[in-house]
Amino acid sequence: MTGGRLVVVGNGMVGQRFVEALRARDHDRRWQVTVLAEEPRPAYDRVRLSAFFDGVSAEELNLHTPDEGVRLHLGEPVTGIDRDRRVVTTATGEHPYDALVLATGSYPFVPPVAGMDLPGVFVYRTLDDLEAIREHARGRVTGAVIGGGLLGLEAANALRLLGLRTHVVEFAPRLMPVQVDEAGGAMLRRYVEELGVTTHLGVGTTALRPGPTGTVAALDLSDGGTVDADLVVVAAGIRPRDELARAAGLGLGPRGGVLVDGSCRSDDERIWAVGECAAVDGTCHGLVAPGYAMAEVVADRLLGGAATFPGADSATKLKLLGVDVASFGDAHGTTPGCLDVTFTDPVTRSYAKLVLSDDARTLLGGVLVGDATAYPTLRASVGGPLPAPPLTLLAPAGEGGGGVTALPGAAQVCSCNAVTRDDIDAAIAGGACDVPALKACTRAGTSCGSCVPMLKQLLDAAGVQQSTALCEHFDASRQELFDIVRVRGIRTFSQLVAEHGRGRGCDVCKPVVASILASLGTGHVLDGEQASLQDTNDHFLANLQRDGSYSVVPRIPGGEITPDKLIVIGEVARDFQLYTKITGGQRIDLFGARVEQLPQIWRRLVDAGFESGHAYGKALRTVKSCVGETWCRYGVQDSVGLAVALELRYRGLRAPHKLKSAVSGCARECAEARSKDFGIIATDTGWNLYLGGNGGFRPRHADLFATDLTTDELITLIDRFLMFYVRTADRLQRTSAWIEAMDGGLEHLRSVIVDDSLGLCAELDAAMARHVTSYSDEWRDVLDDPERLRRFTSFVNAPEVPDPSITFAVERGQPVPTRGPVAAGAAPPDGAAAPAGAPTRRRQPVVLGLPEVRR
Amino acid sequence: MSDTVTIGWAPVCPLERLEPERGVAALVDGVQVAIFRTDDELFAVDNLDPLSGAYVMSRGIVGSRGGVPTVASPLHKQVYDLRTGLCLDLPGVTLPRYDVRCRDGLVEVRLRQEE
Repeated sequence: MTGGRLVVVGNGMVGQRFVEALRARDHDRRWQVTVLAEEPRPAYDRVRLSAFFDGVSAEELNLHTPDEGVRLHLGEPVTGIDRDRRVVTTATGEHPYDALVLATGSYPFVPPVAGMDLPGVFVYRTLDDLEAIREHARGRVTGAVIGGGLLGLEAANALRLLGLRTHVVEFAPRLMPVQVDEAGGAMLRRYVEELGVTTHLGVGTTALRPGPTGTVAALDLSDGGTVDADLVVVAAGIRPRDELARAAGLGLGPRGGVLVDGSCRSDDERIWAVGECAAVDGTCHGLVAPGYAMAEVVADRLLGGAATFPGADSATKLKLLGVDVASFGDAHGTTPGCLDVTFTDPVTRSYAKLVLSDDARTLLGGVLVGDATAYPTLRASVGGPLPAPPLTLLAPAGEGGGGVTALPGAAQVCSCNAVTRDDIDAAIAGGACDVPALKACTRAGTSCGSCVPMLKQLLDAAGVQQSTALCEHFDASRQELFDIVRVRGIRTFSQLVAEHGRGRGCDVCKPVVASILASLGTGHVLDGEQASLQDTNDHFLANLQRDGSYSVVPRIPGGEITPDKLIVIGEVARDFQLYTKITGGQRIDLFGARVEQLPQIWRRLVDAGFESGHAYGKALRTVKSCVGETWCRYGVQDSVGLAVALELRYRGLRAPHKLKSAVSGCARECAEARSKDFGIIATDTGWNLYLGGNGGFRPRHADLFATDLTTDELITLIDRFLMFYVRTADRLQRTSAWIEAMDGGLEHLRSVIVDDSLGLCAELDAAMARHVTSYSDEWRDVLDDPERLRRFTSFVNAPEVPDPSITFAVERGQPVPTRGPVAAGAAPPDGAAAPAGAPTRRRQPVVLGLPEVRR
Repeated sequence: MSDTVTIGWAPVCPLERLEPERGVAALVDGVQVAIFRTDDELFAVDNLDPLSGAYVMSRGIVGSRGGVPTVASPLHKQVYDLRTGLCLDLPGVTLPRYDVRCRDGLVEVRLRQEE
């Protein structure tokens, strides 16, 4: 049976992984795949479910990629299996199968306690659950979570983020009883309680009681106490969804689950089970990594392979309520004769335990709370010799722990995707020379990401130089160059390239150095040697267009403009015959200016009170805004006022890439702030700050960074964020990529600009203060200086002659570049060969025969 | 682009009008010429970017690649060898070159293209 009709029941993480694994191997398309899913949305990342409350959208959690060879039926739960006829039944019909894979997952266990059916009581399993929790939490004050395990603590954090005073009720005497020991649990409890979450340990819930409105209001506890809660989340464990198998008469495990053997096959040879619904040799596994392993086994078997389930790695590492918690191997020391090494550091508030074999030579397992830096190395070393003395392994990051070189080849580096050190080393030997390449060819680090630091270490161990050189003229990275220029007070490119580089520079390093010098406030960008470093846009303080003409964008802070100024823009556009268009950043772009016209245009604009909009620079562009509470009946803060203030504060700030911002006056988010490098959304009491968003080629929503800030707090955070970015990002690296590439990501950023972990904040604050006070309008400064004005001519030997190659046609009543045989752009002129392999562009007609816009 | 070919040297501007490591455009007998001044040399090529069809080469960034003096198109950053006009990124693409010299502090261009 290696082909035919394959029906998969369930489209969760494991079901999806199974389909992908099968399709990747089924080159001859032997299986026609049908997936029947209960939920209305395709597979999503349930491990990151809580990220939904951090503002990560359902789309971003999506794991499903459309595959034309797979028929996916959403919202069509299977109601029965007829094993004799080999069909599964749904509400709308029957699906015959030659092979059936059950990937039905599990359901949350709800203890049989009175009141569990009250409105306001939720489980924590699906995106729909989370949406319902968020909806119910609106306007409510207190919340409780039943269950202090992994999921329960995630739920507690979610309630906290929703603004509820949160309680956790756990039947065991410590938090996360499955993963951590008593001492680890005590450390964890300290962290959790400091965040304002109240824990009730060693007690059960005996009843839930409603309030006057009929929704849940309180929990009765087994010790006689009560806890007020307007919202209750039940996270008391999960149970396998085995009801289909049970009804079809398949064998079940001793504690439920579809009983399968090491090949994940049930006692019906045509039926398989994977993930949380499967009881492999009687045992169910509630983590995603073993589920993925099962998915691979069945995919292999269905194509004639002989794979077997390798056994489960129950290792876990997570960040719960901001605390790193990790547990791996025999964490509770159940191996006979085993030894413990424990380490408690009240200063760094970390706890660690290693479980060793009776001869203290072999690592069996361990628990880490507070600092889990050593986790990847330790987990991969389980079952083998200790890679270093225990205390070295547990030392804080950077001082030991680097035992990666001692890792045996068979050790798993990425347990999510079952990638061993040998696999990584083979990929490196095969030419993978950086982390993205390793991810692409081994899948290591593509799921939870906790092994990424280890991938870097393995590259280092293999002697792979991960070059950060800017270009052939500088071995230093942009960040290093920034520090060199800043610390040594270098003020010219020639000095920098002579002392720290080689050659003459190029179109890569010159604009970078120009930007660094500008960020450090070293005078006008067109003065002295700096002018020669600038890209043409910065060189003419305007934006080069395809025909060699330039466009002009005056600053309109926050998109707010008086009628008088609007009229001036219109008059200038009319008088210079410029094509006029509203930009996405709420300003007005004037196109078709020749270089010699730029100063004349700006003379008029500056006299009317305009200044440079820096549309030409890698700099702050705009701070877009919605109209806010001044006019809007939904607005809760003055979004326009803040946008104007922010734009004036950060105008002219040169950065590694362009910077955009927006301010929305309420949660409806009309200013699209989450698509910006820094976006601000008003709340009833302050501002929420989002960082690292962008539109463009790879759109990304910004991450929620801080909530309910006062305006002063907000400004301080943005100041530091921007200055830290300006100092440390790579060339052309937007804030999103900068944060993603940071070791520790957003949390690291938080530690630097909120907790001042690098002691940099005072310096960053001072640097921004210098920027704000030294700002001067670049265009006004040019108009006032004949020396600077001199370069604005089309021809050095004929300053009065306009560039004859710039000519216009009229389209919809406005000038546009002529598309003559030479200036066509698409085809190279005579004498130049078309570049090999360049795709030919086909311009599509856009006239639809519709009525014209009235002019 | 122009049928007129000037065989003689045409004066363009004083040398100090050229910024070091940068270019200017000049109009010589109706032909747009891009003139570049590096530390110790002058170069002249056609101002037409052969790939985009726009007259912009004089506004490119001057630099070096492996010791070769270069200019990068300001539109899409293809890099050209200033000595030969050859595009270093795309084989088969060339910028026409012109003779350029400095005499008595005056920059002069001769339109006849070298073979």
